[in-house]
Amino acid sequence: MLEIATKGTKNYWLWIAFLLIVIGAGTVAYLDQFFNGLMITGMSRDVSWGFYIANFTFLVGVAAGGVMVVIPYYLHDYEKFHRITILGEFLAVASLIMCLLFIIVDLGQPVRMLNVLLYPTPHSMLFYDMIVLNGYLFLNIVIGWKILEAERNQVKPPAWTKPLIYLSIPFAIGIHTVTAYLYCGLPGRGYWLTAILAPRFLASAFAAGPAFLIILCYIIRKFTKFDPGWDAMQTLSKIVCYAIIANLFFFLCEVFVVYYSGIPGHQSHLQYLLFGYHGYNALVPWMWSGFILMTVGAVLLIIPKLRRNYILLPVACAMIFIGAWIDKGMGMISGGFVPSPLHHVTEYTPTGQEIVITLGVYATGFLVLTILYKLATKVKEEVGG
Amino acid sequence: MMEKSRRSFLKVAGIAAIGLGAAPAMNFAALDSNGPALPVKKKNENALHAKRWGMVIHIDKVTDKIAKKISNACHIQHNVPDFTHEVDTQKFPDIRPVNPDQEIKWLWKEKFHYAFPDKGDEFLAEKFEHLPFMVLCNHCKDAPCVQACPTQATFSREDGIVLMDFHRCIGCRFCMAACPYGSRSFNFRDPRPFIAQIDPDFPVRSKGVVEKCNLCAERLAKGELPHCVEASEGALVVGDLEDPESEVRKLLKEHYSIRRKQSLGTEPSVYYIV
Repeated sequence: MLEIATKGTKNYWLWIAFLLIVIGAGTVAYLDQFFNGLMITGMSRDVSWGFYIANFTFLVGVAAGGVMVVIPYYLHDYEKFHRITILGEFLAVASLIMCLLFIIVDLGQPVRMLNVLLYPTPHSMLFYDMIVLNGYLFLNIVIGWKILEAERNQVKPPAWTKPLIYLSIPFAIGIHTVTAYLYCGLPGRGYWLTAILAPRFLASAFAAGPAFLIILCYIIRKFTKFDPGWDAMQTLSKIVCYAIIANLFFFLCEVFVVYYSGIPGHQSHLQYLLFGYHGYNALVPWMWSGFILMTVGAVLLIIPKLRRNYILLPVACAMIFIGAWIDKGMGMISGGFVPSPLHHVTEYTPTGQEIVITLGVYATGFLVLTILYKLATKVKEEVGG
Repeated sequence: MMEKSRRSFLKVAGIAAIGLGAAPAMNFAALDSNGPALPVKKKNENALHAKRWGMVIHIDKVTDKIAKKISNACHIQHNVPDFTHEVDTQKFPDIRPVNPDQEIKWLWKEKFHYAFPDKGDEFLAEKFEHLPFMVLCNHCKDAPCVQACPTQATFSREDGIVLMDFHRCIGCRFCMAACPYGSRSFNFRDPRPFIAQIDPDFPVRSKGVVEKCNLCAERLAKGELPHCVEASEGALVVGDLEDPESEVRKLLKEHYSIRRKQSLGTEPSVYYIV
């Protein structure tokens, strides 16, 4: 099936070449980090996780968001999602590959990475994160591939894929729950120490993942002869709408608890993110942009007339996607570290080199996504949807 | 082709078989009248022991001068890099500029309201505003860093000391996120250019690993007190928290003491007599 990816238009090859150039630049930047250490990043003693872990956290959500097409189709026989389930599964594969790459580029000693397997440690949440992330990646590769292959050969997918699909649903919830547990189980970090972190992560995941899927549907419609179906995209947009409202609601719950209780160790982080703390306010414009984007996006999707507007829908989805990226990426990670446990304030901004490495990881993910989507759309074109 | 690969397989298999046999053969060859020449673990007879090590800090006895002496003693003997140190550009010609926020410290002074952010009273006794509070790893009984570490590179020893295996650490920095006391530092770069004189008695860390105070476990094992205690002119005392007759327990019986963020339940083993 992979041979499909070796044939394409000029635009296809230009896009692949562009991705390879970005990957190349990221690799060069990473090699420098590999030999000289994480000193090339903007991270510090106080803010010891930065852009890499922020993007990791966000992309775990995008991967988990794929389950929002799997559940309606496989559990509720929602026929309209028949054409796009494969897109959700392949998006999860590409996102998870980026997640794993972000973990690797964040490690101080990446060559010792396998120590996690050599000394398995069940009391560390990272141990479970490793299991669910790799498990979910494996499940989605196998399921996506087998179902697409069956579709190409015009036969039923093998019966053993069914239990794997059902298993992938708790795994999708699991990857984002465990990723939230990495943060919310730490006693000294007031911003993360909240039981609503995992639900909030899931809500923003179920908004960001399907929102991106809708944008991808637009791209597929433009560049291939395969039509994912307007009705399916409309249903997806309703899912995005409910999920982003849930995310905003959970955030408001957090704001209420923090400000009404007024406990300084919890309040100082939100204060830093929303209004600035002791004169430090680098993230304030970011956070407000994030929330405005998410709110306006939600309003655009609530009103049926606007949601059904062909031009407006991808704009609303992009707003929600970027808003969730700011909220969960930079806000969630930097916000947890500022102020430090001793209430010192060290601000964080990623360096140029850190951003180039990050873009390299994204380009790798997009390369995987492009190839997988190329296979999926071609097969769908061949068999006529 | 087939024949050739089969032959090369047999060759490799043969060499591997020789390798497998080598270890017992060498052990046999190394046998002498005293038995097998394997490494033997021997404990130093003078080693200091405790059921649970702890520290008591007399705040009144720590002046700025002593605070500096204590930090220096710890950092110099443990090869902790000093990023203000002028680099020998002949030895390290391509040195890049330092980011002071990426510093490394094991034991340093803080103002009261940073050391005890949850105890920052509105109307604090004036002397507390200026006193240097020495902060370091608390060697918690229930250490969040030990819980977080995915490779057990950070672990609690039986005697309560929280130790690190610098060679197992993968540099994920989960422990730094977990520590409520900011006691951990990460080697964002190779520390060597910033160590004035390397102490051969203690390992120099490589880039990409986390480090922190180890309560001078290497000195306790030789029957010596930690560097900080020796430099402190009586302000710092270490001893067995579980032994009611120990000096630390006597001090805690006689004086009012506080611990950092004890409400978090990590059970810090460092007490401050105020």
